[in-house]
Amino acid sequence: MTDSPLLSLHNVSLKHQQQSLLNDISLSLNAKQIMTIIGPNGAGKSTLIKVALGLSKADSGSIYRRPGLRIGYMPQKLTLNPLMPLSVARFLAMAKPKRSQIDTALARTGISHLRDRPLHDISGGETQRVLLSRALLSSPDLLVLDEPAQGVDISGQTELYELINALRDELGCAVLMVSHDLHWVMAQTDTVICLNQHICCHGHPEQVSNDPEYLALFGRRHAEAVALYQHDHDHQHDIHGDVVCEHHQHD
Amino acid sequence: MIDILLYALVAGLLVAAVCGPLGALVTWQRMAYYGDTLAHSALLGLALGLALQANLQYSVLFTCLFIAGLLFALQWWRDIALDSLLGILSHSSLALGLVCLSFIDNQRLDLNAFLFGDLLAIMREDLINLALICALVLGLLWRYWPALVALCAHAELAEIEGLPVKRLKLLLMLMVAATVAVAMKIVGVLLITAMLIIPASAAARVARSPEQAGLIAALVGALAVCGGLAGAWYWDTPAGPSIVLGAGCLFILGQLAPGYRRSS
Repeated sequence: MTDSPLLSLHNVSLKHQQQSLLNDISLSLNAKQIMTIIGPNGAGKSTLIKVALGLSKADSGSIYRRPGLRIGYMPQKLTLNPLMPLSVARFLAMAKPKRSQIDTALARTGISHLRDRPLHDISGGETQRVLLSRALLSSPDLLVLDEPAQGVDISGQTELYELINALRDELGCAVLMVSHDLHWVMAQTDTVICLNQHICCHGHPEQVSNDPEYLALFGRRHAEAVALYQHDHDHQHDIHGDVVCEHHQHD
Repeated sequence: MIDILLYALVAGLLVAAVCGPLGALVTWQRMAYYGDTLAHSALLGLALGLALQANLQYSVLFTCLFIAGLLFALQWWRDIALDSLLGILSHSSLALGLVCLSFIDNQRLDLNAFLFGDLLAIMREDLINLALICALVLGLLWRYWPALVALCAHAELAEIEGLPVKRLKLLLMLMVAATVAVAMKIVGVLLITAMLIIPASAAARVARSPEQAGLIAALVGALAVCGGLAGAWYWDTPAGPSIVLGAGCLFILGQLAPGYRRSS
């Protein structure tokens, strides 16, 4: 496994009016790897993604993207001008795909029936799927997702994460994403980066969830939630939904 | 007499044809304020042209292009909120233009003609200049339309997909500047933005694609020009305001039409 990484950042820093947004960030993402960025609001998660993609310029440090790297980007949300008439298919056509590619992408995300609907008319969850479809059009080596489940209801979130997971297996691409969904983070991620302007800690999810900096940042509740997840099958729920512990105890 | 009407009609239709698709882009990019700023700074170009005794149309054109370039540079030089900057510049430049014009003692100058347009005063030479600039802007719109639409829909996605977003933004600003300079003759400095915004907003209601929006907006503009000219000819109303009023009526009519979207 001596392949060069798809994407790597080296000592990247960014300031905005004396306020540090990113401080000395280094990371490296290999093919087929899944990396998730977590962190509190205002931690610079989206900024980091934009810098990695080259949408924003860093003040210092270097960014390497493998030459010819195909990136599919799913922005946080679509803020479309209400005066702009666009159908789903026309929106996807902006990436200049072949006609059949649009149909394939829509079929993959399960929204073929929305093909000719106006973008203004579809629900939040459907809009996220449209954005995901557009990201797929470039047959990406790297899928970059910025809080893909934002504005989607709980059951829709689960479906969306399942879909992303299935797509990754199907396409064999690497994934870099910002996510708050702990189930995804704990179950599917190879590397977690805990960000608060600087990288507080990073590594395998289990490792990160025990890191003191992580605990300090997210507090005990959050940490316990993660711990709970790790013990997922150690306990059962009683009829009221309370946790019944059988062979271990939380303190 | 027929010549005057014919020149006015051709000039009006040409401007409507440019303002339709360009106006659609301007509304989608929320650049209305920006159009105002350029329109108001056109008065500065006018004062400059009078002071230098140069061709007024070209001095206005180059001033507008210069201001557009300056605003573009300012935007990238610093991350200032363009909104408030435009708000300040827009009215300051209008005031500055009016003050400068008052210093230039010129009997021939009819300020009203520049503020509200003087379509019926269009001469053969004006028409040729106007047609050249309109043809250039239309050609650019035709060539870069898909890219400009992608920019308006989502600039970041367009950039990731390889479009030169900054250059496209500059192009859009320069095209608005050129259009402002030619439309000044038709509807005047104070009403130019209306020709960009109103037909495009009327079209947005019924259009089903960006292309349709541009075409329908041009059509609405053309109808407004015909209506405004008819008003000016038969009832002696001021042509520029009549055209804008016509566009406004079409906008209201458009709201009665069944819209593309089911919920709005």
